[in-house]
Amino acid sequence: MKLKGAEILLHCLQEEGVDTIFGYPGGAVLPIYDALYNSDIRHILARHEQGAGHAADGYARATGKVGVCLVTSGPGATNLVTAITTAYMDSIPIVCFTGQVGSSLIGKDAFQEADITGITLPITKHNYLVERTEDLRDIVREAFYIARTNRPGPVVVDLPKDVMDKVIDFEPNGQEEINIRGYRVMKGYNSGQIINAVELIKKATRPVLYAGGGVIASEAAEELRELAEKRQIPVTMTLMGLGAYPGNKALSLGMLGMHGTKYANYAVSECDLLIAVGARFDDRVTSKIDDFAPQAKIIHIDIDAAEIGKNVDINVPIVGQVKEVLQAINAKLGEVPEGHNKEWLETIERWKDAYPLRYPSSSDGRLMPQHIIEKVYELTNGEAIIATEVGQNQMWTAHYYKFKEPRTLLTSGGLGTMGYGFPAAIGAKVAAPDKVVIDIAGDGSIQMNIQELAVAVEQKLPVIICILNNHFLGMVRQWQGLFYEKRYSYTDMSHQPDFIKLAEAYGAIGIRVTEYDEVEAAIKKALASKDKPVVLDFWVAKEADVFPMVPSGASLMNMIGGD
Amino acid sequence: MAKANKHTLAVTVENKPGVLTRVTTLFRRRGYNIESLAVGATEDPNISRMTIEVDGDDKIIEQVTKQLYKLIDVIKIVDITEERSVDRELVLIKVRADTNVRAEIVQIVEIFRARIVDIGRTTLIIEATGDAGKISAIEDSLRPFGIVELVRTGKIAMVRGTTK
Ligand SMILES: Cc1ncc(C[n+]2csc(CCOP(=O)(O)OP(=O)(O)O)c2C)c(N)n1
Repeated sequence: MKLKGAEILLHCLQEEGVDTIFGYPGGAVLPIYDALYNSDIRHILARHEQGAGHAADGYARATGKVGVCLVTSGPGATNLVTAITTAYMDSIPIVCFTGQVGSSLIGKDAFQEADITGITLPITKHNYLVERTEDLRDIVREAFYIARTNRPGPVVVDLPKDVMDKVIDFEPNGQEEINIRGYRVMKGYNSGQIINAVELIKKATRPVLYAGGGVIASEAAEELRELAEKRQIPVTMTLMGLGAYPGNKALSLGMLGMHGTKYANYAVSECDLLIAVGARFDDRVTSKIDDFAPQAKIIHIDIDAAEIGKNVDINVPIVGQVKEVLQAINAKLGEVPEGHNKEWLETIERWKDAYPLRYPSSSDGRLMPQHIIEKVYELTNGEAIIATEVGQNQMWTAHYYKFKEPRTLLTSGGLGTMGYGFPAAIGAKVAAPDKVVIDIAGDGSIQMNIQELAVAVEQKLPVIICILNNHFLGMVRQWQGLFYEKRYSYTDMSHQPDFIKLAEAYGAIGIRVTEYDEVEAAIKKALASKDKPVVLDFWVAKEADVFPMVPSGASLMNMIGGD
Repeated sequence: MAKANKHTLAVTVENKPGVLTRVTTLFRRRGYNIESLAVGATEDPNISRMTIEVDGDDKIIEQVTKQLYKLIDVIKIVDITEERSVDRELVLIKVRADTNVRAEIVQIVEIFRARIVDIGRTTLIIEATGDAGKISAIEDSLRPFGIVELVRTGKIAMVRGTTK
C-alpha cells in the first residue's frame, strides 16, 4: 500500500486506539491536517496551543489513557511548552506531535523553525525528531509505549513537513513486540523488602499511609483501600493523590503538607511508621525536611527508583508497580481485629475534633469561597470531575471537596500552572461526556486560557466554570498579607472583564452570584445545562485566606491559622 | 556525610544524535558536576561509550546513576571507580622551546615516554598518553618552559580482565 507520511501517522494513531486529538493547525502540519480532513479521528480545535496541551492532559488524567495533541512548528510548538512541563511534573502520559520545517531547512533558522526537541529535553520523558518516513511507525509506537508505561510522562514527536509528505510503501502488519534496549517495563519487586515492609506494618502502633499520584497512575486505589482498612491505617494524601482513598471515609486524613489539614500533619509528625505510596516527598509536602516524620520508620513504594532516597532516607525501599507491590503486601497481611491501633485512632479522632477544617464568616459581607466548594460538593454528590486552577481556589477545593474516586481531581500539582484547569476540564468532558465536569477557578487564572470558551461552546460541552472571584490574585495576596505587611504589590485584579458578558459573548451562559441565597439555585441551573458551558461568577470575600498553613521553612507541627 | 570524591562511570548509550546533549542536560539541570567526559565509538556501531568523571559523595553518585538510567538512550552504567581498570587520557601540549632548552625538553619527553609531534620555530607540540597522574606530572614538568596551549581528551577507561 502506498501511503503518505501523514496518512501513516493517522493510521498509527488508530492502532494506538486514539479517537480524539486536540490541536491547532499551521503551515508545517498542513499535510497532517489534510489527512485529518477525512479521517475518523475526532479533532478538537483549541484556541491556543497551550489549551490543546492541557486538554490532552485533562483527557489523560480523567481516563488513564494517553492524551494526544498536535500543533504546528515554531510558535505552535513553543506555545505547548507550559502544557508539556505541567504534564511532566505530574507524570501524565501525553504524546505531543509538533510540526517541523522541512528536513533540508532544519538548522537554517527557517521560517517558524524552533528546536523543539532541544527545548523540551528537560521537560519530556523522551522526545523524537522523525528523520525518515520509514521510521514513523516504530517511533509512534515507542512514543505511546514510553508515555504510558513505568512512571508515565509526556513524549514529543517532531515531524518535519517533508517526512509527512513523502509517499512510501507501507504494510500495516502485525504488532511486533516493542524492544527498546535502554528501557524496560518494570515488573516484579524485591520480595525480601516486601517481607521487611510487612514486619514493620505488623509492629507499628502509629502507622500512617501517605499516598501520592502514583497510586492513581498505577490504578491501585482498591489495593490501597484494602491495606488501609484491613490494618486500620489512616491515610493522608498529597494534592496529586486526592481521590486515591475516599476523602469522606473515617480513615481519611485529607491532604498533608503546607496547606494540609492539621490532623494529617500532626499524624505524620507523630507516627511511628510512614508508608509512602507513589509519592515523592515534595517540599510542599515535607516542609522543613529534617523535621518530617521524625519518629517514623519509612517504607517507600515507587515505580521510579530515582525517587527513593532522593529527599529523605528510607528504611524499606520498594521499587515496583504500586499496584503489584500493594497486592504482595496485602497478601501477607491478615486482617486485624476491630480496635487495632485503637489508641492511635483515638488520638487522631481527638485532633479531628479539635482542629477540623473551618472558616470564619465573611468580613466584607461577600460570600465565603469555602462555602461555594461545600455547596458544589453537596450538589454533585461528590461525584463530579473537578479541575482547578492554581492558588487559593485550588487549596479550597482540596479542603472542601471530598474526592471519593481516583481521576476525579485534575489539578496542576507540580508546576502549579494557572490556566490549566479550564482546558483540562474540556479534555475531561470530551473523554467522559456523562460526567459532570467543573473547573474551580480564580479570577486571575481563568483569564489565562479563557479563549477556550469558544471550544466548549463549539463542541457543545456543558463544562461549568466556578470563578471564586475575589478580585485579587488571592494566593499571592495572602502571602503579601502574612509575610509582607499587607503590601499588596500588583495583586489587585479589580480591573477585570464582566465575566457574564464575556461568557455571553462566547455564546456561553453566565450567572453572577453575590448572595448566599442565590448560590444553590445558580449551581443547579449550571448543572442543568445540557449543551452549553456555564460561567458562574461568585463574588467572594476579597481577603479570605487559606488556612491552616505551614509557613515556608517551618516544620509540619507548626501550623498557623484555622482555629 | 559520606566524603566527596571522584567517581568514574562507564556509560553505554545508543549511538544517536542528541544523546550527549541528553546526558549533559541532565547533569546541568540536576546540578551535578562533570569533571571530565569522553565519548566515542565502540565495537558495536550502534553503541557509544561515555566515560564520565563526576564529583560527589555516594548519595550523589546513586542519584546520578538512577537519573541517567531514566534516559531512554542510556543502556548501561557501571561505576568503575573501585574496579581494577585501565585509565587513559591523551594530552597535547604546545610548549615554548627555544633552541637552548630543546634538549632538556626532549629529555622530559623521553622520561614520560611521550612524543614530539610537531616542531615549530619556537615551540614544540608534545603528545602524551597515560593515567591522570602521569598527565599531571608531565604538565608540571613542562610548565617552567611556558605552556602555550594544552588540550586533554578526558579520561577513558576499561575494566581489566575478561568481564565486560
Ligand atoms: C502561570 C502562572 N503565573 C503565576 C503564578 C503565580 N501564582 C500562584 S497563585 C497566583 C494567584 C492566582 O490568582 P487567582 O487565579 O485569582 O486565584 P486565587 O488564588 O485568588 O484563588 C499566582 C499569580 C502561577 N502559579 N502560574
